[in-house]
Amino acid sequence: MTQQRLDRRAAMAALLRDRDDNLLVVPGLGSTTWDLAALGDNPRNFYLWGAMGGAAMIGLGLALAQPKRRVAVITGDGEMLMGLGSLATIGVQKPQNLAVIVFDNGVYGETGGQPSHTAAGGIDLVAVAQACHFALCLDLHDEQGLAGLAARLNAFAGPLFARIAINAGEPPRVLPERDGGTLKRRFRAALSLEG
Amino acid sequence: MSDWPDALYDCFKRAGIRQVGYVPDAGHARLIERCRQDRDIRNIPLTTEEEGIALAAGAWLGGERSALLMQSSGVGNCINMLSLARTCRFPLLMLITMRGEWEEFNPWQVPMGAAVEPVMQICEAEVLRARKPEDVQGLAGRAMQLAFGDERIVALILSQELIGKKVWTK
Repeated sequence: MTQQRLDRRAAMAALLRDRDDNLLVVPGLGSTTWDLAALGDNPRNFYLWGAMGGAAMIGLGLALAQPKRRVAVITGDGEMLMGLGSLATIGVQKPQNLAVIVFDNGVYGETGGQPSHTAAGGIDLVAVAQACHFALCLDLHDEQGLAGLAARLNAFAGPLFARIAINAGEPPRVLPERDGGTLKRRFRAALSLEG
Repeated sequence: MSDWPDALYDCFKRAGIRQVGYVPDAGHARLIERCRQDRDIRNIPLTTEEEGIALAAGAWLGGERSALLMQSSGVGNCINMLSLARTCRFPLLMLITMRGEWEEFNPWQVPMGAAVEPVMQICEAEVLRARKPEDVQGLAGRAMQLAFGDERIVALILSQELIGKKVWTK
């Protein structure tokens, strides 16, 4: 059986179509950072050009520090697999305002399309999140599911985990700001934490 | 019994630390216990120390100060993730309890213990080392200023002679 898979740029656009200023977004190293940048820049994005395996934990620290805002980590399957333990750490903390969303294309797209564990061995990230006691775990394959998740991003009781089946196409890179100090300062300024 | 862990806890409170990430170490047991009893400090046990580097970055993005506690063996787990703090100049306060020096019984602790200071220096951390209980308060204050005032990576190393050696047989 062939599972339906979604275009990554269209999926990112659908997820954030109704984004408000209280949604902070941390994309993972690689394609999800390019996907987010392709929607247009926003100082409430903290783009990652490195720190592979760290996206979900950045999201946790941010969600705990900003309980009145919502945090969406949107990363790839390879990046998530490197930080699998962080799902257990998040499951212990249970931040209600954190969503971890994985664009699962089953490959390491930045390095030549080598299969990741999700494709090579059918490793089930949704089952991992369930085992880590995420409050809501979604496995999405179609536009209807995406629209449902997009609506939830404006009000949810997390931690929420969603895996989105993505096709292996690699659209052209869209490169955002890459100076880390600039990304940090403008993010904090957008939250009125510094001038 | 020295009260240097209490001096560290008092420094946390003065600096306004709100998130404390750790992989437990016996040398940090009392400080962890003080933090666990404090309703204003969020305790975040980690599966591996590198999670704490990313956690600290997220906390700072959200306006909170944090600290990361680990044993010397955890330093090796952090090296790539330290790129995040180095590239973005995130404040990062690391408290590292030493193994593998001073009458260490377990030879498996020695290689990483010997690498802690050079690795931290290569990774652009300011390295401070406390050897005696009376060193701790002053060095901890300095570490807070370097981390949160100057947005630096600080490794405050707590020597094994300060902690005392692990007792293997009763």
